[in-house]
Formats: sequence, structure tokens, C-alpha cells
Amino acid sequence: MSDTILEVRHLSKTFGTHAVLKDVDFTVRKGDVTSVIGASGSGKSTLLRCINLLETLTTGEILFHGESVTGGKINQSAYRARVGMVFQNFNLFSNLSVLENCVIGQVKVNKAPRKEARDRALHYLNKVGMLPYINARPAQISGGQKQRVAIARALAMEPEVLLFDEPTSALDPEMVGEVLDVMKGLAAEKMTMLVVTHEMSFARDVSTHVVYMADGVILEEGPPSQVLVRPRDPRTREFLKRFLG
Amino acid sequence: MLGQLFSDIGAIWARYGTVYLSGIGNTLLLATVATLIGCLIGFVCGILQTIPCAPGDPLLKRVLLTLLRGLIRAYVEVFRGTPMILQAVFIYYGLPYFFGVTFKDIWTVSILVVSINTGAYMAESVRGGIMSIDPGQFEGAKAIGMNHFQTMLYIILPQTLRNIMPQIGNNYIINVKDTSVMFIIGFQDFFAVHKMVSGAVFKYFPSAFLEMGGYLFLTLLASFLLRKLEKKLQGSANYELVNTDQLVMTAGNYQYPGAAPYEEKSRDYQGEKP
Repeated sequence: MSDTILEVRHLSKTFGTHAVLKDVDFTVRKGDVTSVIGASGSGKSTLLRCINLLETLTTGEILFHGESVTGGKINQSAYRARVGMVFQNFNLFSNLSVLENCVIGQVKVNKAPRKEARDRALHYLNKVGMLPYINARPAQISGGQKQRVAIARALAMEPEVLLFDEPTSALDPEMVGEVLDVMKGLAAEKMTMLVVTHEMSFARDVSTHVVYMADGVILEEGPPSQVLVRPRDPRTREFLKRFLG
Repeated sequence: MLGQLFSDIGAIWARYGTVYLSGIGNTLLLATVATLIGCLIGFVCGILQTIPCAPGDPLLKRVLLTLLRGLIRAYVEVFRGTPMILQAVFIYYGLPYFFGVTFKDIWTVSILVVSINTGAYMAESVRGGIMSIDPGQFEGAKAIGMNHFQTMLYIILPQTLRNIMPQIGNNYIINVKDTSVMFIIGFQDFFAVHKMVSGAVFKYFPSAFLEMGGYLFLTLLASFLLRKLEKKLQGSANYELVNTDQLVMTAGNYQYPGAAPYEEKSRDYQGEKP
């Protein structure tokens, strides 16, 4: 299929003897907003980290536009530049200002001219509402603000797909909304996103596709109206009952 | 007695003041240049030592990396584990033996010896500095597509530099004092001046007194300046909000057409309310 961006095939990942992912198959299409849900330890984050090659796969492969990125043919750094990542702990560069955080990748990796990079960074920082803070350092702003800058940093690279690894889990409750608002806006603009989350209302209201993981396998996936409202698997039902109350 | 001491010092200074000053100049120049080069060596070792090596990499790469790490390790152990005074003798007299190089300029060999020695200590300081950086910084850089050298150069090493400033200061102050052993190969530093002058006028204590005072002054000054530099590297504690914005009028507001207001809290946090 031509609009398939990412394909995960037979992905397994073991840490020592502990199998975290077991033969996972999974596809991301253009414009999809996929929420990956599941209990802690089910392998959601590891799946995301494998997709961005932050973990080495034990077996299996990842295809980006039909080409394997794990076989060593495609430059891994170039691939990572096309796939944005937003971390639970923000991981903003603490030695750089908010603006520089969004500029450096464009200049050094995408080889964009500095002025162009700066304009693009300002554009995306404006989009996430962080324009007034461009001179601040990461240590000087709040968690929600950091996460919004992290989203702007990822967007400034103009990736084809954006991965979110529990973007609101490290935030104080009152800051969750501002980050989700930004993500919701991105979804409205048809940004392709893959979101590992515990925010069930985001999964239900915003995403087009929901994946439920348990014990390293995908138990159930489909549109939110099916997975979240009429789950087939009893374990999904059990999980949702605990979460939605 | 004190009067005698100071009048002796005065007499020595009147006759040899400029010699002492040029000795101080040489000491400072050698210590500064060698510390800077030593830092550079340390940072290069730091970058090379941390090149990632996965089990899936080609055999040749793994072999080369293992070799490189072994070399750096050997360099550190040898130059950290032997006296600098001996290293000076070894290099000054040893290189002509093996390579037929003779040093026309005592500066070249002095800078070489002190730099290599400092580099061995700095390599370990930098390694420690890199280990102290949050792994998230590496991941953040990797995730936007930076390779190892870019990650190190733009993200990790600037943070490392800030963290190991106290260690660099330590090394600098040690170098200001320990370059004195370079008299062994004939380098005219501050201490060499003492040997020369006291040998000429037979007044050991007054000259030594002057030297003690001189070295202490230099190190105190260095320590003061290093503190200032450290403060500067920490960056400003404040930042300016940009209120007048050159791009659009909506600075600070973000809105998306078609996105409904978010009602997250009202649903998800119900269960936790008392």
C-alpha cells in the first residue's frame, strides 16, 4: 500500500531472558493517529523505542516506506530525522535555549540554512504557544512548557511521523491539558502520530486507531469505537474497566 | 630578623626582578597552553572512548574500537602513573634516541610533556563528566538524527565542560606549580629562576620566600578567575520574555480551528477524587 509509512514485522525484543516484545506486527499509515494503550510493562514504550531504533531489535525488521531500516542499508541517523520522537521526560538539551533546541537539529542534521531554521523553529514554537519563552533555558520552564517545546523541536525537523512516549505521564495534572491540546491540534492537521498513552479520553476522542498491548503482544487493535467501547478480548475489557471506572 | 629578610628580598628583586617576572611569564604561558591542549586531548579521548558499539556491528569496527579503547586506557595509565619529571627526561632524551628528532626549542618539548600528562588526567575527568550526563540527553540528540560526533560536540561536551570546570581548574593550578619540574630539561620557568638566582647570590631563603609568595599569588589569582569563568558558563539565571513578536500577533496563544475544548480532567480523574 502506498500510504503505508511504517511497517513493523515480526518484532521481538528480549532483555536478557525477559521477552518484552513477542513477534509484534504493526503498521502505521499516513494520517493515522494511533494510540497504544496497555498496562505498565506490556511493552508499549519498548515498541516505540524499537521503532526509533533507540533499542536494537532482537529479531524482526522495521520498514520505512517499504525499505528496511534495520538491515544497515539505510542510514539510521537519516531515518531518525524523518521520525520525530517526544519523550516522557522531555529530554530537552539543557545547554541550549528553547529556540536553539528547535534550531540545532535542522542546521546540523537537515543542513538547513540558519535563518530558515530559525524561522521554522519560531513558527512551530508559536504553534505550541512557547514563543514568549524562546530565550529561556529548559531548566527555567515548567514541565508542560518543556513538553510543548519538545513537540516543537520534533516538528521543526518536519518528520513524517511523530512518536510520543507517554508525553503526559511525567506532568502535574494541571499541565496535562496544555500538552494534550497541542497534540489534539496536530491530529486535526492530519499529522501522522503514534502515541503511547494512559490518557483514555485522548485515545477515544482523538485517535483514529487504538492498539491494546499486553505481555509483549498486540491483543487487539482497531478504531476506538470498537476497541474502547466494544472490546472483543476479555483482557482488554478488564483493563478498560480499571481505567475508565 | 624580618627586616633582614625583607631587605634581602628587596636586594634580590632590585637586581633580578625582571628575571623573576620573565620566569613567571614562562610558567603561566606553559601552564595555560599545556592545560588547554591537555583539555583538548581529554575531550578527544572522551569522544573516542564513547563511540557506541553494538554486538551487531561489523567485526572490523568492533576490533578497531576495542583496540582504540585499549590504547587510550594504556595512555592514561602510563602518563598518570609515572612522575612528570621523568616523563620530561624520557621524552626529551628518548625521542632523539628512537626517531632522531632533536628539539631545537625547549618550549616545544615542554608543552608536549605537560600537555600529554594533563591529557591523561583530563581523559578520565571527561569520561566521568560524560557518565554524569543524563542518558536522556543522548537519546534526545539521537532521536532528531544526530550521529555520535554531532551529539558529543553540540550537546554532551558543552554540558560536560560545565560540569568538569572544577577539575579543569584543579589541573590548571597543579600545572602552574608542577611545571617547575621542567627545569630538569632546562626550561626557564619561575622555579628555574630561583635555582639560578640563589646559586648566584647564595641567598636561598629570601629567594624561596619570594617564590612561595609568587606561586601562591598565581594560584589564588587563577582560582579566582576560574570561579568567574565557571559562573559565566552556568549561564544567566534570568531570561527575557519575548512580548513583541516578529512573526505573528498571537504570541503565547495557540488555537486550532475545529479542535473542541478538552475535557480530560472531568472524566479521567473522577475515580481518584475523595
